[in-house]
Amino acid sequence: MAHAATHDHHDHHGAPSNFFVRWCMSTNHKDIGTLYLVFALVMFFIGGSFAMVIRAELFKPGLQLVQPYFFNEMTTMHALVMIFGAVMPAFVGLGNWMIPLMIGAPDMALPRMNNLSFWIMPFAFALLLSTLFSAGGAPAGGWTMYPPLALQGGSVAQMVFAIHLMGISSIMGSINIIATILNMRAPGMDLLKMPVFVWSWLITAFLLIAVMPVLAGAVTMLLTDKYFGTSFFNAAGGGDPVLYQHIFWFFGHPEVYIMILPAFGVISEIIPTFARKPIFGYKAMVFAIASIAFLSFIVWAHHMFAVGLPLGAEVFFMYATMLIAVPTGVKVFNWVSTMWGGSMTFETPMLFAIAFVILFTIGGFSGLMLALAPADFQYHDTYFVVAHFHYVLVTGAVFSIIAATYYWLPKWTGRMYSEFWGKMHFWNSVIWVNVLFFPQHFLGLAGMPRRIPDYNVAFANFNMISSIGGFLFGASQLIFVGVLIHAVWGSKKKATDRVWEGAKGLEWTVPSPAPFHTFEVPPVINDDELAHGHVDH
Amino acid sequence: MTSGGIKPHGIKRAVLSGLGGALALFGGSAMANPKPWQLNMTRGASEWSSVPYHLNNIALGVCVGIGILVFGAMFIAMFRFRKSRGAVAEKWTHNTMLEVVWTTVPVIILITLAYLATGGLTSFANTTGSQMTVKVTGYQWKWRYDYVDYKGKPIDHVGFMSKLDRLSDETRQLDSGMDPNAVQTDGENTYLLNVDKPLVVPVGTKIRFVITAGDVIHSWWVPALGWKMDAIPGIVNAAWTNIEKPGVYRGQCAELCGQDHGFMPIVVKAVPEAEFEQWLAQQQAANAPKPAAAAPATAQATTPAQGNQG
Ligand SMILES: [Cu+2]
Ligand SMILES: [Cu+2]
Repeated sequence: MAHAATHDHHDHHGAPSNFFVRWCMSTNHKDIGTLYLVFALVMFFIGGSFAMVIRAELFKPGLQLVQPYFFNEMTTMHALVMIFGAVMPAFVGLGNWMIPLMIGAPDMALPRMNNLSFWIMPFAFALLLSTLFSAGGAPAGGWTMYPPLALQGGSVAQMVFAIHLMGISSIMGSINIIATILNMRAPGMDLLKMPVFVWSWLITAFLLIAVMPVLAGAVTMLLTDKYFGTSFFNAAGGGDPVLYQHIFWFFGHPEVYIMILPAFGVISEIIPTFARKPIFGYKAMVFAIASIAFLSFIVWAHHMFAVGLPLGAEVFFMYATMLIAVPTGVKVFNWVSTMWGGSMTFETPMLFAIAFVILFTIGGFSGLMLALAPADFQYHDTYFVVAHFHYVLVTGAVFSIIAATYYWLPKWTGRMYSEFWGKMHFWNSVIWVNVLFFPQHFLGLAGMPRRIPDYNVAFANFNMISSIGGFLFGASQLIFVGVLIHAVWGSKKKATDRVWEGAKGLEWTVPSPAPFHTFEVPPVINDDELAHGHVDH
Repeated sequence: MTSGGIKPHGIKRAVLSGLGGALALFGGSAMANPKPWQLNMTRGASEWSSVPYHLNNIALGVCVGIGILVFGAMFIAMFRFRKSRGAVAEKWTHNTMLEVVWTTVPVIILITLAYLATGGLTSFANTTGSQMTVKVTGYQWKWRYDYVDYKGKPIDHVGFMSKLDRLSDETRQLDSGMDPNAVQTDGENTYLLNVDKPLVVPVGTKIRFVITAGDVIHSWWVPALGWKMDAIPGIVNAAWTNIEKPGVYRGQCAELCGQDHGFMPIVVKAVPEAEFEQWLAQQQAANAPKPAAAAPATAQATTPAQGNQG
């Protein structure tokens, strides 16, 4: 008893002064959130540099820079690093930082596991990235790792174990988030008063727990096929290469929603704040996220329309996929309705949120087109698909992460970032990202397959435009780093506790910067202070 | 073409031309091979290829329409409801009428699209009544074509490999110093889209393709035919086409298949029926077993037919 009391007292002093103790042994949700976010940013630049190699080689027809095999290593590693290293950890970082603050909890439910979840990630990526320097080369069979091709390359074991590690990290992170949200809400913070961001993470965490083991199973079967003589996916041994695709996409489709549902949450926080008007249709928003999550389990074979599915399966997966347009549409209409009748200002987070709504919707449109199986017989595996998922993932997920960073940064650092450079970052990003990805729709429709290092001269114009957009979009992200460094160390402008005039929710009731420990005594919930406290529908 | 769908020459054409008019203008409906600055899919050259083309245009039209409404509303909101213009935030968060409308209207649009798409799927799945069978096998990194039967008669000994033409192959080497623009065939740039030996087929004939692979998964795709079909080791997929216009139609492998995935094009040469029959007879004569080797040749002759059993 006495010991526990002393220990508690010791903790109240704030962050440990020893660098190693503070960051490597941290059990503090804010520090671990910061670690995740910094890690994601580093991975974003590593994955981005692979994309620069890809766009440089595709700048004009003919091979100028890299051998085709290395090109395939780049496309594969770009996807793996961006998905598992940048986007997913960034959302976990945002969740770590903000969920306890938003629900009035002192920390995550399982702080030591939280530390382990993070510290697995650097090892997973060290393993994965080390393959670039290994004799067998990096994985080059695409991030989807379809056998038999994926089994031809080297480094299968490193890739599989790296994915196992990421999966363990994600599952532990998800358990932590679910336990925190279900058990540690401040009294009076009913489930249906929680911010949409918290709802989106609760649902996402369940998706992660459901599908990461499926991916682990699929890649383990790859591993045993490669090294232990099994024939799960080897036709010559009685296996079925298409079986892998079914298992993979049973993971893969929910995975894309794992990367977009928290984005929906972020946008649902930012738009009401800067429109100074409560979110339109709160319950509809929550219900839409839940129905999208449910549908994500029954649409996986829309990635496989060209593998020769029976007619009944094609029809079923087409209908189920098209159905997703309904709840997604509801979300977009609700965001627009939230803006309607508001009193809007356009600070950087709002600009990124508005760009998200427009550009994510464009990605949704091309998604609807892809859902039409007969048209997909043309679109599939072309640059049209590349354009589609980059609109959803870059101007969708990544833009929402950037928006969230600008939105909560003053709360994290206690200082305002430079609005001028934030807007510079925004306008450069939004222009160049469209120059980068919009022409890829045309390339796909004209017949350019994806994952090719070289192409016919008919595709030259749009590829060059796309590459120019790519280089400039990549360079624009350096502005982001500059803004972050300035906001953390340079900025003189102190942030208020509320930070934004229209901000509502518990996270804005604590000081800026948020102290090392918050809500050690549960806050008294005043419904007026909550973003959704008085929302009836 | 039983339930719904876009009839290749049906009355829906009028409606479609309205919706897809501007797009067709950009795309040019008669083109077969990719053109610089091409913006849209093409109509293709087969009976069925109009299905994805029209579906694409209709869906794009629907998306553009919804986009104009939604983004239009957003821009009006951004202009009218600015704090700098003195806008005062309202408090409402609910509008039952609107919510019902924007849930049901998309459902109706989706049902329409699903109806059209289902018809297209059904007609694509019907590979019966074909007059000719070609077996396609994908290899790293070339295609093999075996002619299995034609007009009810089995074809023996007509089969060959088809791989990237030599000029493209030399040009595409890293630092070859050769100009991709200089790879021309009949006044058309065919860099990476030409092969040493094209697949020759007759027009106006329903051709069934049986598609498989020998090593990893490939995908056989000629945009002008309107579809791609994965070539998977251990599995035989079926698809069909009926090419309407003679011409040379180019495509590429569409499933990542290793280092030279980008270098295994497909060329389909569609010729009038008489010309095809002449070509076929020539091939058969050239490949016919010599009388002296009659016995072993008979045994071999059953091989292509067996390949069709799966
Ligand atoms: Cu999917
Ligand atoms: Cu191939």
